[in-house]
Amino acid sequence: MLLIKNGRVIDPTSKTDSHADVLIDKGKIAKIGAGISAGDAVVLDAANCIVAPGFIDMHCHLREPGGEISETIQSGTQSAARGGFTAVCPMPNTHPVNDNASVTRAILERAAAISPVHVWPIGAASKESKGEQLSEIAAMQQAGAVAVTDDGKPIASARLLRQVMDYCRPLNLPVIDHCEDSSLAAGGVMREGPHSIRLGLKGMPAAAESICVGRDVEVASLTGARLHIAHMSARGSLEHVRNAKRRGLSVTCEVTPHHFTLIDEDVRYDSHFKMNPPLASREDRDALLEGLADGTVDAIATDHAPHHPASKDVEFDRAPFGITGFETAIALALEQLVHANRISLMRMVELFTIGPAKILGKESKLHTGAPADITIFSTERDWTYHTVESPGLSRNTPFDGRKFRGGPVATIVGGKIVYRN
Amino acid sequence: MSHRFRHLLAIEPLSREQIVFLLDQAKPFQEFQRYPLKKLATLRGKTIALTFFENSTRTRISFATAASRLGADQMNLQAEASSVKKGESLSDTVRTLEAMRPDAIVIRHSSSGAAEFVSRRVDVPVINAGDGTHEHPTQALLDALTIRDRRGHLDGIRITMIGDILHSRVARSNIHLLSKFGAHMTLCGPAMWLPRELASLAPNIRCVPCIEEALDGADAIMALRIQQERMHEPSISAEDYILQYQLTPSRVKLARRNAIVLHPGPMIRGLEIDPAVADSPQSCILEQVTNGLAIRMAILFELVAGSADPQDHAKDSSHAAD
Ligand SMILES: [Zn+2]
Repeated sequence: MLLIKNGRVIDPTSKTDSHADVLIDKGKIAKIGAGISAGDAVVLDAANCIVAPGFIDMHCHLREPGGEISETIQSGTQSAARGGFTAVCPMPNTHPVNDNASVTRAILERAAAISPVHVWPIGAASKESKGEQLSEIAAMQQAGAVAVTDDGKPIASARLLRQVMDYCRPLNLPVIDHCEDSSLAAGGVMREGPHSIRLGLKGMPAAAESICVGRDVEVASLTGARLHIAHMSARGSLEHVRNAKRRGLSVTCEVTPHHFTLIDEDVRYDSHFKMNPPLASREDRDALLEGLADGTVDAIATDHAPHHPASKDVEFDRAPFGITGFETAIALALEQLVHANRISLMRMVELFTIGPAKILGKESKLHTGAPADITIFSTERDWTYHTVESPGLSRNTPFDGRKFRGGPVATIVGGKIVYRN
Repeated sequence: MSHRFRHLLAIEPLSREQIVFLLDQAKPFQEFQRYPLKKLATLRGKTIALTFFENSTRTRISFATAASRLGADQMNLQAEASSVKKGESLSDTVRTLEAMRPDAIVIRHSSSGAAEFVSRRVDVPVINAGDGTHEHPTQALLDALTIRDRRGHLDGIRITMIGDILHSRVARSNIHLLSKFGAHMTLCGPAMWLPRELASLAPNIRCVPCIEEALDGADAIMALRIQQERMHEPSISAEDYILQYQLTPSRVKLARRNAIVLHPGPMIRGLEIDPAVADSPQSCILEQVTNGLAIRMAILFELVAGSADPQDHAKDSSHAAD
């Protein structure tokens, strides 16, 4: 038995926000209430901490199979646990691509053997994510895939998207899209604007994203299927989602911590500022903050994208896109959203829990009888992020050395403490 | 204040005083180009690494000649012959180069920021000889020297730049340099090479697509090099470019009387510029080449001889121009 004492329990599902103890027994929540005592239980003192349902990262890259030099299921999930996540969804752009049930099963078997957190794989929408033929979608779903996407790139054409959506609708499977008009974005390495002109780096206009979101929303309307927009970065995209929601379409979206924290003006000749979608203009970033506050944005996802140091230690335009993200997500959300008084703590927890859970068809709640997946974090503790302490295999983050107020304290999965600070 | 430099990576971070200092330093070297015996011993025993990851005969010869006239030895690294083609990273190539102990590294590279990238990884002065579409600081300095010689000053000059501004590191460096002297800059070219964000590079920039309007009242005209391959992109045809943007004698007449004409070279006669303009008394194109030597000698002198005294060197590094 595990007893979490003296914490502030926040559960968006039941709108709970109260000081309570949480007793865990046999991997489930046995009791929630004031002044619980259990003689033989291990006690975890959560004084001055938030006790929340387990945080879900619905968008990450674990690189296994095929990219084990950058990250493995083991190193990546350890990093996720350290970041306060109890479940992560690895994207299918591995080698081989997760486009069939045997790859999905292999990932799940590996995760079951060594992962401290739940791994809910996302399958490829098309074979090898090439945008030509549908992958084994139903078989992957049966094996455990929670959504499909060709992430890393957009689903190639409106026609294919329609087929994928038609196919996924009866399966009630969400289709996640990395939105980018490839012809407009071609060759771009950062967001197009005054800063890209100054640095002499080729830009991708914000419209490269919003045009594709517009296309996707129309296809969602055509098919009635569930559409989820990955790592959204532009005001125009947000407008499309806002309108789609108004029209009653089943359209959701996520935003990453780096997109609501940094802007294109922060970009230097340092490949740790290179990601796709690229960092947005100040106006676009402010629109994202608005969307996070007003409910247009459904989830915060990290897009944790580890790259081996050698592959990032190159000229900016030659470096791969992507930064790591598990371990700084909570701290950045607190810094940019809660401490900055943009959203409530309840809303922040929602964006990490029932927001993604609903999209993925999962549950996320702190209720008696529910699985004991719990994230405990501080909102006040001062700390500094040092990548050298990370269990992850890659170090590509612009936040190394950043000082934070608040961050993960303990991660509990199935009643077991998998990370404790 | 000190004008000393650690590297020369870009014009943008330099002060007006630092620029004037470099231009003044070039004066004696301008004179020197006319001497019958063009060899100094100033940098004897020093080695300058010329690392050209991108083809550039002119700039490479200019730097090599400048180094040799100062008495320095050279290490040449060209992309064709280098391990870069074999997939070695810039980081490793430069570390290898540094292990041969050059006293300065001159780098030309097709990636924006490459010179800065190198400067963060080595302990010797780095000179940017053109990085991608970012900057070409020595070109802007030689252009400024040329303009200052012809017009007596740089302050408040009205300059019109014509061509592919978007992809031009020469234009960027010139904009940053001249803006520090209160210049009024008019940028002109086909719309896809003239995004309105260019105006945010510095104060007093106008983007004017029409060449006749752009030339009106200019003290100096700079035609930029058009890379032929840009014509193959979905963009303007050569015929249209000539029709709309070629610098012709009748167009030059729209500028101020005795306006000077510059071109960073290599120029394609009959594309960016009419031969009659290139060879006119208003043209400074050959002076630019000579001034390029003087500026590069001044910079090598400043960065390499300036670091001769280790104590001096330690002092300098705290006042980095990077
Ligand atoms: Zn993506």
